[in-house]
Amino acid sequence: MGNDSTAKTLIVATLLCVVCSVVVSWSAVSLKPQQIKNKKLDIKKNLLMTAGLISGKVTEVEINKAFESIETKVVDLSTGEYSDVDPGNYDARKAAKTPGQNHIIDSKTDVGKIKRRAKLEKVYFVKENGETKMIVLPAFGKGLWSTMYGFIVLEPNTVTVKGLGFYEHGETPGLGGEIDNPNWKKLWVGKKAFDANWKPALKVIKGQAPAGSEHEIDGLSGATLTANGVTGMVQYWLGQDGFGPFLSKWRAGGSN
Amino acid sequence: MSVKKAIFSPLFENNPIALQILGICSALAVTTKLESVFVMCLAVTVVCALSNFFVSVIRNHVPSAIRIIVMMTVIASLVIVTDQVLKAFVYDVAKSMSVYIGLIITNCIVMGRAEAYAMKNTPGMAFLDGIGNGLGYSIVLIFVGFFRELLGSGKLFGITIFQTISEGGWYMPNGMALLSPSAFFLIGIFIWILRTWKKDQVEETN
Repeated sequence: MGNDSTAKTLIVATLLCVVCSVVVSWSAVSLKPQQIKNKKLDIKKNLLMTAGLISGKVTEVEINKAFESIETKVVDLSTGEYSDVDPGNYDARKAAKTPGQNHIIDSKTDVGKIKRRAKLEKVYFVKENGETKMIVLPAFGKGLWSTMYGFIVLEPNTVTVKGLGFYEHGETPGLGGEIDNPNWKKLWVGKKAFDANWKPALKVIKGQAPAGSEHEIDGLSGATLTANGVTGMVQYWLGQDGFGPFLSKWRAGGSN
Repeated sequence: MSVKKAIFSPLFENNPIALQILGICSALAVTTKLESVFVMCLAVTVVCALSNFFVSVIRNHVPSAIRIIVMMTVIASLVIVTDQVLKAFVYDVAKSMSVYIGLIITNCIVMGRAEAYAMKNTPGMAFLDGIGNGLGYSIVLIFVGFFRELLGSGKLFGITIFQTISEGGWYMPNGMALLSPSAFFLIGIFIWILRTWKKDQVEETN
């Protein structure tokens, strides 16, 4: 049989596809547990970094140790009450896709362009000697290409921003990907998350924010759409449809 | 071609980036930090060597009509496996490289060597040729990465060498070194040095 006959071409193509797909799927399946473990650790690490509790290169042990100072609770977003769901086993990203556990967002209020979210979300409290020093809220929103997942860290007064960071996104490296730039993330620290009427007020603007501005953050050049996505995300999760009810309860009663 | 020649000639005499002018794109993209440079070099060398090997193994049975697709499939599978391995064992680095590991598929060196060398030579020699070309690629990337990280952030492998002004030192970082065009200049300088040393690589002027 000649190499260039139709039969041989088909046989070679089929065999190659089978061999390659077996190799690829075997590697994907067998390495998955390790990858999931890495991913979970990476989320913890980014949470701790956004809260400023760790910096630079840290080992797995250090991350887990630093994480011990953090108390995790699950909150019902619509009422702002704590839920008795075990935070250790709760996966809000999975719940957001599960009918019954998710909430379809009305397109008028969907400033983060995420369409649906879980009814319950985790909230993290950074404790020091039993006292809450920071509140960490998970958040996600649509950037230019991808959904960006991150954390918003607030002081216990729920107004002053302690940090903002992302642990997963697929924005263009060098442009939208600059949302990971430490210098840009630093600009968020100390900003005021709400205005006088308790409306979410944080905003990434085009160009440089005026000096002393309480709510505005410098834009990223070449990444206007990603920046708009970040604004939408922050506004949604701090708003009435997001953590708004929880945050007002927290302000009213401390640790309700 | 001898074993020694297969491995060492791509370093300077027939460098894939400097002489064959292949694989420039990733040389611009991943060279801001030496750590990612090393991971990228390792990944490209492994993929290039293995793809050369497998393409050479099946070279006598590949119908010429679909040979490019066959090579592409082999390369793509190897790249996916490499990506999975990196994500499992060096997650941080894999994350910082984002799409670029996946883009090894489009690195012309891998495809170029499979077509130009592996299709005509034995698996053993093809494997060594892949290693050699991976190393040739690595030399240029390390050269570029060294200067970009040093001049752009005053560091090498993330360790401070020049204390920058923003951290209370004396060094004013060169912002351009962190942008892609600087890699072009550095590759240009590399080619200049190389062709001053090896005059036979200088192209004739028309």
